[in-house]
Amino acid sequence: MQQFLRRHPAVQAWLLLSPGGLFLSVFFIAPLFIVLIYSFLQRGTYGGVVWQFTFENFRRVFDPLYFNTFLRSAYIAILTTFFCLLLGYPLAYFIASRSPRTRSLMLLALMIPFWTNFLIRTYAWLTLLRTNTGLINTALLSLGVIAAPLPLFGNDFAIIVGLVYGWLPVMVLPIYAALDRLDPSLIEAARDLYASSAQVFRRVIWPLSLPGVVAGSMLVFIPALGSFVTPAILGGGKSLMIGNIISNQFLAAHDWPFGSALSMLMMTLMLLGTLYYFRSTLKAEADA
Amino acid sequence: MSTTPSDRTLGMGARLRSRLGSLSLSVYGVLGFLFLYLPIVILVIFSFNDSRSTSQWAGFTTDWYRQMIEDRQIILSLWNSLFVAIISTAIATVLGTLAAMAMERYSFRGKMAMDAVLYLPIIIPDIAMAIMLLIFFNVSGIGFQPWEVQFFGNRLAVPYSVIIGHVAFNISFVAVVVRARLANMDRTLEEAAQDLYANTWQTFRRVTLPMLMPGILGGALLAFTLSLDDFVITFFTSGAGFNTLPVRVFGMIRRGVTPKINAVSTLMLAGSFLLILISIISRMRSGEDEDAIQFGL
Amino acid sequence: MSEECAVELRDVVKAFGPFVAVNHVSLQIRDGEFFSLLGPSGCGKTTSLRMIAGFEMPTSGHIYIGGAQQGYLPPNKRPVNTVFQQYALFPHMTVAQNVAFGLEMSHANKGEIGRRVHEALEMVHLGGLGTRKPKQLSGGQQQRVALARALVNRPKVLLLDEPLGALDLKLRKAMQIELKNLQEQVGITFIYVTHDQEEALTMSDRIAVMDKGQVLQVAEPEALYEQPTHRFTADFIGETNFIPARVAALSPTILVELAGGIRLPAGWVEPGIAVGDRVMLSVRPEKINLYEAHELEELTATTCRVRGVVERLVYVGTDTHHTVRLESGDRVVARLQNLHVDEEPWEMGEATTVQWEAAHGRVFKEA
Repeated sequence: MQQFLRRHPAVQAWLLLSPGGLFLSVFFIAPLFIVLIYSFLQRGTYGGVVWQFTFENFRRVFDPLYFNTFLRSAYIAILTTFFCLLLGYPLAYFIASRSPRTRSLMLLALMIPFWTNFLIRTYAWLTLLRTNTGLINTALLSLGVIAAPLPLFGNDFAIIVGLVYGWLPVMVLPIYAALDRLDPSLIEAARDLYASSAQVFRRVIWPLSLPGVVAGSMLVFIPALGSFVTPAILGGGKSLMIGNIISNQFLAAHDWPFGSALSMLMMTLMLLGTLYYFRSTLKAEADA
Repeated sequence: MSTTPSDRTLGMGARLRSRLGSLSLSVYGVLGFLFLYLPIVILVIFSFNDSRSTSQWAGFTTDWYRQMIEDRQIILSLWNSLFVAIISTAIATVLGTLAAMAMERYSFRGKMAMDAVLYLPIIIPDIAMAIMLLIFFNVSGIGFQPWEVQFFGNRLAVPYSVIIGHVAFNISFVAVVVRARLANMDRTLEEAAQDLYANTWQTFRRVTLPMLMPGILGGALLAFTLSLDDFVITFFTSGAGFNTLPVRVFGMIRRGVTPKINAVSTLMLAGSFLLILISIISRMRSGEDEDAIQFGL
Repeated sequence: MSEECAVELRDVVKAFGPFVAVNHVSLQIRDGEFFSLLGPSGCGKTTSLRMIAGFEMPTSGHIYIGGAQQGYLPPNKRPVNTVFQQYALFPHMTVAQNVAFGLEMSHANKGEIGRRVHEALEMVHLGGLGTRKPKQLSGGQQQRVALARALVNRPKVLLLDEPLGALDLKLRKAMQIELKNLQEQVGITFIYVTHDQEEALTMSDRIAVMDKGQVLQVAEPEALYEQPTHRFTADFIGETNFIPARVAALSPTILVELAGGIRLPAGWVEPGIAVGDRVMLSVRPEKINLYEAHELEELTATTCRVRGVVERLVYVGTDTHHTVRLESGDRVVARLQNLHVDEEPWEMGEATTVQWEAAHGRVFKEA
């Protein structure tokens, strides 16, 4: 037996893999395929499905009613990524420019909120942003800065604030890592070759930190596009994203095939994005 | 090997500071951290507010905490959360560790496909995974049967589907963490053990496992945290009437904002801080460099 | 196979996919011998060692240890121990636990383990450091722990994979001598992998020179240096001059012709070379002498003599390297020892005559 295993390491590998692999095959891959199949079936009258093949669900996805939500979700995710980058890059730069000791403490401080419950962090913003009883409007009104409450809640603004807050740390981390890897003698070399501070940043630091920027953007964009909790809480039932439309198909509308089609489309878009990212980083690594 | 990076990064730090480091950057950094922490701090402050308002301070009270503790539903959902987290972490840690060893130590046909299977649960949004599992438990006939169990004096009824769902996303996270540790581990140590007459099991038990332990603990801690924090997958795989703490909080938020939610939130924050503290201490114990703290993943 | 063979490789091949790391290697390593596998990185020496240890399985061919064919025996079933390149000390165990590991695995009793661990640590002068962790030791001390951990098991053969590579030069030299003494003391066969030719020459009883997966020559250090049988060996071990030439005659004496029609006798010619072939004449720099015209004695049939001009002098302490441009247009380096301070040195541009004994000239195939 031992001899056999020794001669066939692949068998050893599959023995190690089989418990987890089997589990994921049954409880992840099989569900994935069922969703795929469901997305081509018709809805039953009282929930459930009718086993009849159709493209109808995918046609409906492009119905302006739903497709606009897709576009809005993408728009919100892009803005979230943009603001995360805007806030995150200087923050990463700030952390990278500290002494090693402060730096690791700051990184810890950066990640602590990220490891607390997402729901709680979203709720925190609910208490701040709510239109009439939110802390920000209450404070501004009592200080006389504004005469009427600002529309801070139940719109895209609230969702974007919640998402930026939730995902800022994962934007900062890869950018920090890229800045930290940067060889300081490159900056000296640029200075030596007559570059000003601004030129050093534009010609040396920024291009070399770009892989971190791209990685951070991916890490923010993908979960932002698929968000469900943030729009559910901060969207106030008025501003929805694709994740909420999907969940409605299961919780309210009982249209499972359509919900399946929507989520298949969402997953496909994300996978394409991820694959594109991996391919471009692999290529960049091969070039380097 | 370990001396150069810190020298180099020290240089980097000084360089960035001297070239572009200005007052504005520091101001910016402070504002950045304020942005991260202020909402949490305000949340905690208003959990002690002697009023139903979460925006106007009316004096200090701990009444909301008393109400929280007396709320049988909340306490029960806390036990549910802990039970699901412990069971799913235990299973996911074993399965994920084995898978990580296979993926890191062997090359075999179908490895690429297996890689994809392991990474997918991390990449796809939890709402997609949640509805996949929802449909699956319905179609397969597994349904949402509860596991009736006595847990620290509480009668819990935890649907198997919830535990399965949590294991499904946690296997991948454990595997990623353990794999990273394995990749950094010197393989000749295992060869040395074999060379010194240790058989496969002895090599694993005496060398691989002790060396791997920080990674396995890290993976388990991550799985435990993710499981405790999960709302979406639990929400969709629990059938009716089962609540973990986040699911209950979500329900409470839907019904209206009260400082009681702030109190529950504060409790959950304290739990997270405790887990982070454990993680830091165990990493320091295992003698890893301080930089390791930064990586949640 | 003969009785006194500690390890024998018979036509061993190891391929990693399309890459052949070890190409039909056969070796016989004698009992009690200090045997080195010497070659540049990627020559297959480490792979050969790993196959003996059992970490890699030969693609074809057989390996015998103490006369027994090893087949698919795993490393833990083989009567050999390895000292790894980076030592591979278990970081989570103390020094004593590291040394005891092999004995525990082979189920020695507690008392004996304690005694032998103590002995082994004494042997490598590390008594009293048993409770330390490997990280708390210096590189040289870690090296000794690795040695003790292997030797404590009293293996038939000790395999050493560039064990001194991580040490600095001074320590390396000291450890070379210590290793050699240790080997003589315990009488165990050592198989030593190194890319450092000086290290191999210093310590080994015999050396196998490897290149591109093949064993080119197996010989004692002196023979390897003085009588290399491959152009690669001549080049890799020590320094040598290669002068392009053409074979003019093979018998009764070997004669090669340099550019400009200069004919020189040589001591040895690589098998398979025919008259008229383009070849390389190899002469070691220390075998070459420089003379002024009036100093020259009568030319004998066993002396090579070519006129030239001193082009460059490099003083390196013990000797001075004289680069001479020969009449034929070729350049040779002569290493002359700096024996006397008052000796009148050569000057650049000075006319000279280089001379060496024909026996020191070895003729190799051009490529």
